[in-house]
Amino acid sequence: MVDFLLEPLQYAFMVRGLVAAVMVGIVCAVVGTYVVLRGMAFFGDALAHAILPGIAIGYLVGGGAREPLFWWALVAAILSSLGIGAISRSTTIKEDTAIGIIFAGTFALGVALISTVRSYTVDLAHFLFGDVLGVRTGDLWLILIFGGIVVLTIIAFYKEFMVISFDPVLAATLRLPVRFLDFLLMILIAVTIVVSLQTVGVALMVAMLVTPAATAYLLTKRLPVMMALAALIASLSGVIGLYLSYYWSIASGSAIVLTCTVIFGLVWGFQTLHRRFSRQAI
Amino acid sequence: MALLEEFKKTSEHLRKHRQPHRKDAPILRAENLSLRYQSGLALDGVSFELQIGERLAVVGPNGAGKSTLLKIVAGVLAPTSGRVQIFGNDPSGHICITFVPQRSQVDWDFPVTVADVVMMGRVGQLGLFRNPRSSDWDIVHRSLEIVRMTHLARRQISQLSGGQQQRMFIAQALAQEAELMLMDEPLTGLDVNSQEEVFSIMDKLIQQGVTILVSLHDLKLAAQRFDRVMLLNHRMLAFGMPDEVFNPENLVAAYGGHLHLIPTEDGALALGDTCCGEDEH
Repeated sequence: MVDFLLEPLQYAFMVRGLVAAVMVGIVCAVVGTYVVLRGMAFFGDALAHAILPGIAIGYLVGGGAREPLFWWALVAAILSSLGIGAISRSTTIKEDTAIGIIFAGTFALGVALISTVRSYTVDLAHFLFGDVLGVRTGDLWLILIFGGIVVLTIIAFYKEFMVISFDPVLAATLRLPVRFLDFLLMILIAVTIVVSLQTVGVALMVAMLVTPAATAYLLTKRLPVMMALAALIASLSGVIGLYLSYYWSIASGSAIVLTCTVIFGLVWGFQTLHRRFSRQAI
Repeated sequence: MALLEEFKKTSEHLRKHRQPHRKDAPILRAENLSLRYQSGLALDGVSFELQIGERLAVVGPNGAGKSTLLKIVAGVLAPTSGRVQIFGNDPSGHICITFVPQRSQVDWDFPVTVADVVMMGRVGQLGLFRNPRSSDWDIVHRSLEIVRMTHLARRQISQLSGGQQQRMFIAQALAQEAELMLMDEPLTGLDVNSQEEVFSIMDKLIQQGVTILVSLHDLKLAAQRFDRVMLLNHRMLAFGMPDEVFNPENLVAAYGGHLHLIPTEDGALALGDTCCGEDEH
């Protein structure tokens, strides 16, 4: 058993991958708590897809170099979150329709740009589904710094985010800067997505934002506990997922996401059965 | 660019955070309030004044603009024309106004306890980057005491009865140290006992100098329990003491065909539309 756990750790890339998966899990879960409570899953999914053209441009400009991609993705994510925010506010089109249009359009643009490079499929797959085992030490620092900023900001604005999520009208009568806080939260989601990009990729991102937080939501009715529990579930899924990926040779991003999903399924199933039986007992 | 604008607005907002109360001005003065939606006028030229310690019931049919009026007074919605003055100032500079939402508009599965929700009332006073101190928790517990919910402080909000939900929001308003309390249909869906409990808490608030503005669709409760009533159907049809306002002409003007007037020995008995006004925004 000990060998089973230690064997992958002799590889530096596995250790780096595990560290990345745990950090990303924590950041995604904390931000994801608000994504779940405010019903922003579709926004998160769209935002993750909308940064693909940014990555693509960085990829083309840098001639395939990986280092600058983080910054390109960061700029794209922040611009997209502001763009989606502005468009969904100002048009007569419903918000989810507006998001759908931008999301599919930008995603297509990203794929088109990357496809101009010959033999693009491997890199495209990494952007879409993540490449956590390709994480370098420099990437770990970026994840630590930017993920840390996100978590600290959520803690600093804890009570304000709680109020705008629970009761926007109360937030307005308390004269909180509601629009600023809304934008801030969108930007935090954007940064979280960029930080998690290498771990799960664009296409699976929404699962990291939503699934651990939703699992925690089933288990507790206290906001701080929900955040902590979501972080625990997400980082545990990251570790379990990577071991599964190592031993069964399955893609790391999908292994992590599948682990999250299975945990959610178990909790949900157990609660449903428990409720049914306790009702029968009465 | 938009973000920069938000930053500017925020810092501006923080600077003129709390405006002084002019004690010579009425607590609330509404001048010629109108709000135009694409579908038409939601409110049309509403003007009235409230003095400290008064309690006003706004009554009118569904979709008459009652919630809209409350939200404009709270400074949450901007009127198309006209203005609201709180102690002679713009409402956006005040945190002494609370708006208690309709219970149907609240996400009762949100993961917070009763004490958490009451503490939210303190967030305005606390300001950014400051955590609640023990004095804030004292205020929260005192507020819960006033609404007799101390024993429910740690309960998750989905496990409250309708009356308890309403009282929790009153406690939140108390924690906010509100001087003007706006309540949107606070009695809808409550049984008679819970309604009585809400009224007895309102009595205590009035004694403390809190001014209360409530939207209602129960004409009888409005007539019996409030010192001022307003009949609203987009326009303000009448405003004053209940027995001046509730005469057959005014009621027919407000409710039209939806109201049935039944002649009795001491005047006319009015049967209003009793459905719940949850489709208003």
